[in-house]
Amino acid sequence: MVSPGHVLPHRFNRPGALGFVSYVLVALVILWSLEGAGWSVNRLVSSPPKLADFFSRAWPPSIHNFDRLAWKMVETMQIAIAGAAIGIVLSLPVALLAARGVLVGRGVNMAVRIVLGFIRAVPDLAWALVFVVAVGLGPFAGMLAIAIDTIGFCGRFFADDMENTDPGPTEALTATGARRIDIAASAVIPAALPAFVSTSLFGLEKAVRSSTILGLVGAGGIGIELKVGFDLFDYPTALTVILMIAVVVIGVEQIGAVLRQKIIGAGR
Amino acid sequence: MLLNSRDLRQCTAEAGLQAIDLQARGLAKRFGTAAPVFSGLDFSIRQGDCVALVGANGTGKSTLLRCCLGLLVPDAGQISLLGRAIAETGGAARRALRARTGLVGQKHNLVPRLSVLSNVIHGLLGQNSGPRYWVQGLAPAEARAAAMAALDKVGMTHLALRRADRLSGGQSQRVAIARALVGNPRFLVADEPCASLDPQAGEEVMALFMGLVKREGVTVLFTSHNVQHALSYGDRILGLQGGRIALDAPSTTVSATEMAQLYG
Repeated sequence: MVSPGHVLPHRFNRPGALGFVSYVLVALVILWSLEGAGWSVNRLVSSPPKLADFFSRAWPPSIHNFDRLAWKMVETMQIAIAGAAIGIVLSLPVALLAARGVLVGRGVNMAVRIVLGFIRAVPDLAWALVFVVAVGLGPFAGMLAIAIDTIGFCGRFFADDMENTDPGPTEALTATGARRIDIAASAVIPAALPAFVSTSLFGLEKAVRSSTILGLVGAGGIGIELKVGFDLFDYPTALTVILMIAVVVIGVEQIGAVLRQKIIGAGR
Repeated sequence: MLLNSRDLRQCTAEAGLQAIDLQARGLAKRFGTAAPVFSGLDFSIRQGDCVALVGANGTGKSTLLRCCLGLLVPDAGQISLLGRAIAETGGAARRALRARTGLVGQKHNLVPRLSVLSNVIHGLLGQNSGPRYWVQGLAPAEARAAAMAALDKVGMTHLALRRADRLSGGQSQRVAIARALVGNPRFLVADEPCASLDPQAGEEVMALFMGLVKREGVTVLFTSHNVQHALSYGDRILGLQGGRIALDAPSTTVSATEMAQLYG
């Protein structure tokens, strides 16, 4: 019971004029985007029968090409693992240059972060197209696309992980006259290692998801089977590919979650 | 007759020849547009002295310590450390100067996932660079021996391979002291070295730390909120109040009332 003379606080705060205008603007942008994206209730309502028709023609999934599809899935995993591994290894020196206050000055940090931003801004399929032109059709182009995509992702987050480490050990070693490279290797990287492992596992999961569709542009992996299945109206094979991709991606995500829990605990 | 370093200091002090390890002139520091943390600070510390820097929270003790090691740049004034003006050193010269200094912090500041031995070997990075000094497994035999000798002084050799994040607070601070001493520094700064320890562990660690630095003739500037520590271990008291030095006297001449006034 509140003492007499006290009043209960308001449950909600009334937004100020600027806040109110912001809410209205956000709502307008969403409506404008729906308009641009061709929002249509009629087409949405008419879609379930078409979807049902697709599943009736796709079911049951085809297993007569399963051997070939399984090998394509193995190739997909090889593209993902090799590309992610190369990308993660190359991310470390890149991140050392991008992390503020670790190895180099603000100018280099900024320049490297802009390059990493550019790498992330270009979609993985676009990188695959670029590498198909550069090295020809096949899984090698896919692996290079995954590697560069992983550098964009891990390079940025490794740098953030290093910046977020406790500055105390760095200060203590600076006070003894240690060089920046020695401080980075002795104090910053060991402290950031659990976060690196977590980021790397997310990178591998991302690589596996990406590698399943690189075949759409001829960069190897199981994606080409999906494209051929739809092009030839072989929906049972296409459904098999979709289910295989789902199983592999969910499996890798689950393994990643277990490893993260084991290596660094529940925190991250 | 052979003289040890302490005898030598006593002789030189009596002869008035003792070197000045730290000299601050007109020191001022502010953060942003706030009022200056301190201004116009003038003081010097002779070689081998153990000086307690005291004052209430927010009087700039930690800031002053960091300025003394060149970890923070003062807005005005000059600091001469071990005979070199810090502002005039840079790159290799500043690292060479810092190789003769050390910092013991309130939070101990060990690298959590590495072993105790690796952490102590890091204390040699000012004099040695490269991967062989990053982890104990790669370290040269003499570095490992020096680190073990430093751990022996703080009674921690039996935990040399334990991860630093699995130590108690007192053990952790002992390792931090070993890391600070392994490179045989001439000037040490300690920022409230016992603040994060319980009273008993704090007493033990403080007695150990001060015993070691006095035996080895290291010049020490330390901060403490424990008035008894300041009076017992400091040869001299520097009191900060209102951004100025309000007290500068030998600890034997300072009364508890004078100390209490600094916190008033």
